[in-house]
Amino acid sequence: MRLWIPFAAGAGALLTIAMVVGAGWDLPPVDTQQVGFRGSGMVVVKDRENTATLAAANVAPPTPYEPDPTGARARDVYQNVQVLGDLSEDQFNHFMASITEWVSPEQGCNYCHNEENLASDEVYTKVVARRMIQMNQAINVDWQNHVQQTGVTCYTCHRGNPVPQNVWFSDPGPGVPGMAGYRAGQNLASPVAGNTSLPHDALQAYLLDEKPIRVHSTTALPTGENTAGTKETEQTWALMMHMSESLGANCMTCHNSRAFNDWDQSPPQRVTAWHGIRMVRAINNEYMLGLAPVFPANRKGPEGDVYKVNCATCHQGAQKPLLGVSMLKDYVDSLGKKTETGVPNYQDYKPGETQLMPSRTSDAIDPAAVPTKVAAK
Amino acid sequence: MNEYQNIFTAIQLRGHPEAGIALPAGDSQRHGTPEFVHWIGRIGNAQIGPIYLGFLGTVSLVCGIIAFEIIGLNMWASVGWDPIQFVRQLFWLALEPPPAKYGLSVIPPLNEGGWWLIAGFFLTTSVLLWWVRMYRRARALGLGTHVPWAFASAIFLFLSLGFIRPILMGSWAEAVPFGIFPHLDWTAAFSIRYGNLYYNPFHCLSIVFLYGSVLLFAMHGATILAVSRYGGERELEQITDRGTASERAALFWRWTMGFNATMESVHRWAWWFAVLTPLTGAIGILLTGTVVDNWFLWGIKHGIVSPLPQVFEGVVDPALGGAQ
Repeated sequence: MRLWIPFAAGAGALLTIAMVVGAGWDLPPVDTQQVGFRGSGMVVVKDRENTATLAAANVAPPTPYEPDPTGARARDVYQNVQVLGDLSEDQFNHFMASITEWVSPEQGCNYCHNEENLASDEVYTKVVARRMIQMNQAINVDWQNHVQQTGVTCYTCHRGNPVPQNVWFSDPGPGVPGMAGYRAGQNLASPVAGNTSLPHDALQAYLLDEKPIRVHSTTALPTGENTAGTKETEQTWALMMHMSESLGANCMTCHNSRAFNDWDQSPPQRVTAWHGIRMVRAINNEYMLGLAPVFPANRKGPEGDVYKVNCATCHQGAQKPLLGVSMLKDYVDSLGKKTETGVPNYQDYKPGETQLMPSRTSDAIDPAAVPTKVAAK
Repeated sequence: MNEYQNIFTAIQLRGHPEAGIALPAGDSQRHGTPEFVHWIGRIGNAQIGPIYLGFLGTVSLVCGIIAFEIIGLNMWASVGWDPIQFVRQLFWLALEPPPAKYGLSVIPPLNEGGWWLIAGFFLTTSVLLWWVRMYRRARALGLGTHVPWAFASAIFLFLSLGFIRPILMGSWAEAVPFGIFPHLDWTAAFSIRYGNLYYNPFHCLSIVFLYGSVLLFAMHGATILAVSRYGGERELEQITDRGTASERAALFWRWTMGFNATMESVHRWAWWFAVLTPLTGAIGILLTGTVVDNWFLWGIKHGIVSPLPQVFEGVVDPALGGAQ
């Protein structure tokens, strides 16, 4: 008996076990639901185990109590209430109790407030929270073609964590920028692309920058207009993998795979997703990037850029965040309408020092930075 | 009877190793002392060596090793020379062709596709030299050149993907990266970009020949094994006689499907199916992006796409309103 045979058999068995156990397969049973025309293979796939896990992980916490909308306004009762001043005192306290449960259940009020002076803006998280409340309002009002009437609250992303669990930041990956190792922004096990070797910079390209996602030609024969090649397609595909993984949804949820680009054959979910991509891009550019001077270094990526949102930030593996339960219905007055859209000049902010971070009205914003019709007012 | 029901070759011959016929003057000699390995004998001939390497084989191996090293070292550099990550992510790593901005430049920066071009040059040289070697060895043994031409068909597909089509498209960026998963991603992305290769008729042909090769291989292999109890693997001795394994095999197919290949023609069938698989595939690749940009739309134009009824009412491209 030669010794190498048991060793080879052992290695083969180990490799097989590693592939079966380590690859993260969706083990049977798996449920499929037909969404397209018969024979087109358009089925939405749900793994029963995942469905059970998601149901357990996506329970919307009940609102602590029903606040009284009447009575004195918060802005008259408390100082420095810039965005939620229209709420009643009871509604305001109810919202503060809720946001503590949503964002900093362990750290409590002092995660954002100086307990000696609750009105002070000296704790940076309070400045961020105010901007995030504005962001919630903007999402719920301006992006209903993505969030519909379900809307979002802080809890949609935070789930009891001061920093949402799914954020992203610039990561150029390992490698030597010298003589060798060219991999064109791909060819590493990329967590944002479902652990494939697809490009790992897709979020930067599409969820921050406005790189065209569409790569298909709309004519049968070449016209020379479409310059996208296979590499661009791989990058788009990486974004699609990110969306698929973030939503626990397979390609057929939004596409007929025989012609990925054809809207006429696409389920309506694709339109919702299209608006979602624009929404995420707007959130990152208008809200997250602007807060860069406020965030301390330990709330930034290794490259010094702020944490940004992607599809997983809200969805967290579910096609509908919190499985479609609307928490907004209990917070319509606070998060369901845009109450104050002014943006402070965050460049002025000094953590631990700035007592008041006033919102600037549109007129006060640098005219060069706003559209003409506002500047001309 | 059980001795015919086995997975491995049951009978192994042992004797003086076969040295092979004398080589013509000018050829280098075969190398190595032949030896018998039992486990190799289970799946083939138990004799290992002597091997003929020669000038072409030596140069081909050297070029191949250079390409292999360039690719491997670039992969290692791409994880910052971390040995653990190199092993752990080996299947994910790759050496990429130059980005599109360099077009067909033969001297892009070394670390932006230059290494890919050099590796491609050595790999191509290696493969072509190996082809010449196969051709010359076939001739030296007085054989036909069927094996080299079958190999040439595969080389044509290889060159179509990595050399001819990128030149037609005017950019090395269109070529395939050297890497395990990355070249598979490339393949799928290629199909997606050009509107689904499923509707490319030459891709269809290639699949027909591929699956046809598998079917023929299965039929032929099964037939010969099935008649091995009558010595069916000794085809030529039996071909003209009655009641032999050969005739039984032929009768089996004539009776079950009304037609049978002959002992010779089944190999011709197999050869053509195998050769046409990469050949038609290569034609399909060469037409993609060069003369057809979207195979799905091409298929609609030529009536090979079955239209589906409108299932999803009111889905309109949201960008049609001018939004980005």
